[in-house]
Amino acid sequence: MTVHVSVNGTGHQRTVEPRLLLSDFLRHELGLTGTHVGCEHGVCGACTVLLDGEAVRSCLMFAVQADGHEITTVEGLADGSGEALHPLQAAFREAHGLQCGFCTPGVLMTLVPFLRDYPHPDERTIREALSGNLCRCTGYQNIVAAVRLACDAPSPDR
Amino acid sequence: MKPAPFTYHCPGTVEEALALLAEHGGEAKPLAGGQSLIPAMNFRLARPTALVDLNRIAELSYVRAERAGLTLGAMTRQRAVERSAAVARAAPLLAEAMPWIAHPQIRNRGTVGGSVAHADPSAELPAVLLALEARLRARSAAGERSIPAGEFFKGMLETALGPDELLVEIALPRPPQRSGTAFLEVARRYGDYAMVGVAVVVTLDQRGRCSAARIALLSVGDGPVLAQAAGEILAGQIPSEQLLRSAADAAATRDIDPPSDIHASAAYRRQLAAVLTRRALVRAFERAGQGAVPSG
Amino acid sequence: MTPRHQIGEPVRRNEDARLLTGRALFVDDVRLDGMLHVAFLRSQHAHARLVSVDAAAARTRAGVVAVYTAADLGDYWRPGPLLVPPPPIPGLVFNACTQVPLARDKLRHMGEAVAMVVAESRYVAEDALDDIIVETENLPPVVDLEAALAPGAARVHEHLPSNVAAHAVQRKGDYARAKTRAHAVIKRRFRYDRGASAAIENRAVVAQWDARAEELTVWDTTQAPIPIRNGLAQMLGLLESQVRVVAPFVGGGFGPKIMMFYPEEVLVPWAAMRLGRSVKWCEDRQENFFATTQERGQIHDAELAVAKDGKILGVRDVFLHDTGAYDPYGLTVPINSQCTLLGPYDIPSYESEFTAVFTNKTIVTPVRGAGRQHGVFVIERLLDFAARELGLDRAEIRRRNLLRPEQFPFNNEILFQDSAPLTYDSGNYEPALDAALKVIDYHRFVREEQPRFRAAGRHVGIGVVCYVEGTGIGPYEGARVTVEPSGRVRLATGVGTQGQGHFTVFAQIIAEVLGVDVTDVHVITGDTREFHWGTGTFASRGAVVAGSACHAAAARVRDKILELASRELEAAPADLVLENGRVHVRGVPDAGVALGALALKANPLRGAVRPGTEPGLEATAYFGPDRGSTASGVHAMLVEVDPETAQVEIKRYVVVHDCGRVINPMIVEGQIQGGVAHGIGNAFYEQLVYDDEGQLLNASFMDYLLPTATDVPNVETTHRETPSPLNPLGVKGVGEAGAIPTGALFAQAVEDALAGTGLEIREIPLSPNRLFELMHEARGAAT
Repeated sequence: MTVHVSVNGTGHQRTVEPRLLLSDFLRHELGLTGTHVGCEHGVCGACTVLLDGEAVRSCLMFAVQADGHEITTVEGLADGSGEALHPLQAAFREAHGLQCGFCTPGVLMTLVPFLRDYPHPDERTIREALSGNLCRCTGYQNIVAAVRLACDAPSPDR
Repeated sequence: MKPAPFTYHCPGTVEEALALLAEHGGEAKPLAGGQSLIPAMNFRLARPTALVDLNRIAELSYVRAERAGLTLGAMTRQRAVERSAAVARAAPLLAEAMPWIAHPQIRNRGTVGGSVAHADPSAELPAVLLALEARLRARSAAGERSIPAGEFFKGMLETALGPDELLVEIALPRPPQRSGTAFLEVARRYGDYAMVGVAVVVTLDQRGRCSAARIALLSVGDGPVLAQAAGEILAGQIPSEQLLRSAADAAATRDIDPPSDIHASAAYRRQLAAVLTRRALVRAFERAGQGAVPSG
Repeated sequence: MTPRHQIGEPVRRNEDARLLTGRALFVDDVRLDGMLHVAFLRSQHAHARLVSVDAAAARTRAGVVAVYTAADLGDYWRPGPLLVPPPPIPGLVFNACTQVPLARDKLRHMGEAVAMVVAESRYVAEDALDDIIVETENLPPVVDLEAALAPGAARVHEHLPSNVAAHAVQRKGDYARAKTRAHAVIKRRFRYDRGASAAIENRAVVAQWDARAEELTVWDTTQAPIPIRNGLAQMLGLLESQVRVVAPFVGGGFGPKIMMFYPEEVLVPWAAMRLGRSVKWCEDRQENFFATTQERGQIHDAELAVAKDGKILGVRDVFLHDTGAYDPYGLTVPINSQCTLLGPYDIPSYESEFTAVFTNKTIVTPVRGAGRQHGVFVIERLLDFAARELGLDRAEIRRRNLLRPEQFPFNNEILFQDSAPLTYDSGNYEPALDAALKVIDYHRFVREEQPRFRAAGRHVGIGVVCYVEGTGIGPYEGARVTVEPSGRVRLATGVGTQGQGHFTVFAQIIAEVLGVDVTDVHVITGDTREFHWGTGTFASRGAVVAGSACHAAAARVRDKILELASRELEAAPADLVLENGRVHVRGVPDAGVALGALALKANPLRGAVRPGTEPGLEATAYFGPDRGSTASGVHAMLVEVDPETAQVEIKRYVVVHDCGRVINPMIVEGQIQGGVAHGIGNAFYEQLVYDDEGQLLNASFMDYLLPTATDVPNVETTHRETPSPLNPLGVKGVGEAGAIPTGALFAQAVEDALAGTGLEIREIPLSPNRLFELMHEARGAAT
């Protein structure tokens, strides 16, 4: 089947098997390997991407279902050269919100729409928002700290 | 963990979807949000030979508040229900239960109809629909019917839906005046399937007696369980702490026969059922009467 | 201005930009032309005789390139190496049975690899698994540790007389005599059950054989690329220099990604050479639960002989250790348990005996903590019960037994996992205990707050535990430091990184020595082409051993810089200052020379390099400590228990930690926070549940519960620094610390919250369900 998708603002067209998971499509068809795969049953959250602006598990969608939709991956967060960091990415660096970094893309993609919807969350709300992303390294403490830091930073839209 | 091959169909209307299901004669599986089906396919526990993807059927996605109550299109995303002001007004029990369903990433994709048709005994929505006396509208190529929630859930992952039938709408009747609702659950972690959960709807009469109480428990059987003995204890009585405790105990001991699994033994489930039912009843009666339940 | 001191500063990490933007390379990100994909057929049985494997149908499936069974491996089929020979303990029994690449004759645990399918895609490879017909005869599974040792029990390895993998006794002093003098002897049975390491990245191997260059390149999620390179070369009949193993960014290790020579690691490169095509295998999560090593199953029968004042007279511990179906990692885990039990305490007599047992379960190798938490659990729980029996405060009984600063170095008279005597290099334990008690306000809580909570019907408990951790063991690591003409500094070292911040910590060490900015130090780890001497990342040793090698190499480069600069600037080396990437004469910062310019001068295109000197500003150095350094700490915690639902809420978590000199406090705190979360997982969420048939019942993230952001508390960390005398930096390891005392602490705090109910916790992991059962039993016993 043929799929047309826009990923990080760029249109792509590929012919794929219907069973190809969106996560595999992004990683192996498009080479966007920033989206990681940790469990392929929708629990770990490492493969989280934005589908039309909302966070979804890319391992729980078939690529053909993304036909005509807009996808954003971690590669699309920072604009331009890839050298500059999105404010949330910068906050993660500042607050040591990552260690091995494997879960991080999924965490970031969860948080981007969360912070759009809740610009000034309290700690409990942040933790609930993060609860669909497993991290084995950080104990989440510095991820929470990074979110708080990002809330104080200027939003990318401003 | 890659799914086995299947043929994929992506109808744009309910008519087309029903025709495809009829054509495959039970071999095709409807694909709603896919948040339970696709993991099962990735584990190759489910191997449908054909999928009928409902995600492009725009006519199945809506929330409508009407005089008689609230209607939800089966393909309405759980996230949309969670965020709907109409749901919060007309069905606060449903609104209260929504955040307990997994995580936002799942609810962004998961649909109300998908969860209900999947009929996982640990899922929140079936119990909520049972407590609210919802009616489920199903369509097939042969026609349409409306099924009361009490007759819809048939057992472990089993419903009254035929193989060529689609759940198209969930209708929640408007609860009577002086009703109060509450939803509570205990899960291992935030967002996990509940070890036990309870959805409660109570109504008070003019004199402050309980005129009706519907208590639906989840994760205590092979489907949502209506606690009838508990309801009978409450009916016609003035709520008190003692009364609520005996109703809750009845729910836990007489109304359910919970399973044991690696997360919770039957005994622990009974304990949770008693505690959660009691706490939910207190909350629901407080909401119905807008005051504390008297002790004694 | 460059800060003069880089060590000790919370420097932001050099590696983060790559990781945050999705540019970092993980093994599954490697894409090669014509790459094939592998899936393994794995045993559905815990224990069975393998009668036949028929792969004929699979071989004919479209898209399948090859299917291999044990029979197809020929001479390449051989059991893996014994990675860690046991230490020379007198009287030791050790039966080495190492894992095999593909099962032949017998299946010994669920998930053991039986056949390997190589196909054009992973999807097709998985399809072909269904085509393989496996005939088996089931054997009685060996699951329970005690039943495994019963006479007549089925044997995992039939050439052995029993399921005993090892038996070892270590003694210090005369426990029997101590017992006769004891005021009380506290005796209990303790259980610690299995958990998974559960790195979010599963394992993966990609291999590429370049037939023209005759070079094999392997990308591997290993914690130890150099031993893997050397071992692969030997197995495949290649020179070590023909094999390049790259461990790029690795998504968490926690132990099981160590140099196992996992079947997949052995077979994927072999297949790539045989087929002449690149081959990739990525473990999926389900495989990870069966095929990646696990840890933790032990049963202890322990007793503590204690004087009336709470002083420990001696400890005796007899325990069973579940080593799983094979024991390639020797006795590291049970010896860690045995040694770490002694903790920070002055224990005059100790008798410890363990039996390692083969079972039909996944292989056991170290997982973060590596057996240490079991020892801590046993001694800490015994002290809690002793305190109760003697009417002593829990903190006080610990204080009375802590080693005093003047007792270091302290020889415990038994052998550690590195075969060296268990000698603590340095420590200062009592101030750490005081600090923890102060931060959590222990005495006020016990005196004032807890009674108030109890009066209000709330069940809030406090816990405090002490522990030590043997870290930073040998044999050695190396580093090569090069100043490039750009002025940037390049470091290559052998240890791989799995998130510990090596790109930054090593850079800090070098930056401090060479007077450059941390961001100007480019670190390369885990690529054997860049550096091929060393062992790997384990035993909390990266910063200690490789860090010290970096320091030594940088010091040599500094000497070269000073020598060259002294000629250039016509000043004595002692008068020169390295600062901001330049060398200048002290007091004359404007008259200097940039390091890059010196590097260029050190590698001239014309003229002559002076006799007795080497070109370039480069040096390689190695560091091997005599023995491990002993880190220590105290953890304290407040919990509230809802006795109706058995739900536990952690209200505060306090850590006072001493890992010697801290190179980067931000990274150390991160390690501790992550360790604590792992420990909380072990204590209350994570348990690998095997049924009587040896079937793992919860092989998914749905049912194997990693703690999430709503389950773990903020950790309040205080650093104390008692430098290690064993390395020039004075550092000790920290990678595992957070996870080690958590189970003991959780048990103590929960028990305290439910004090008066008769509840006694002697097992980890707990769960709400298990806590409910224990409360129920305690109530039953009380009535």
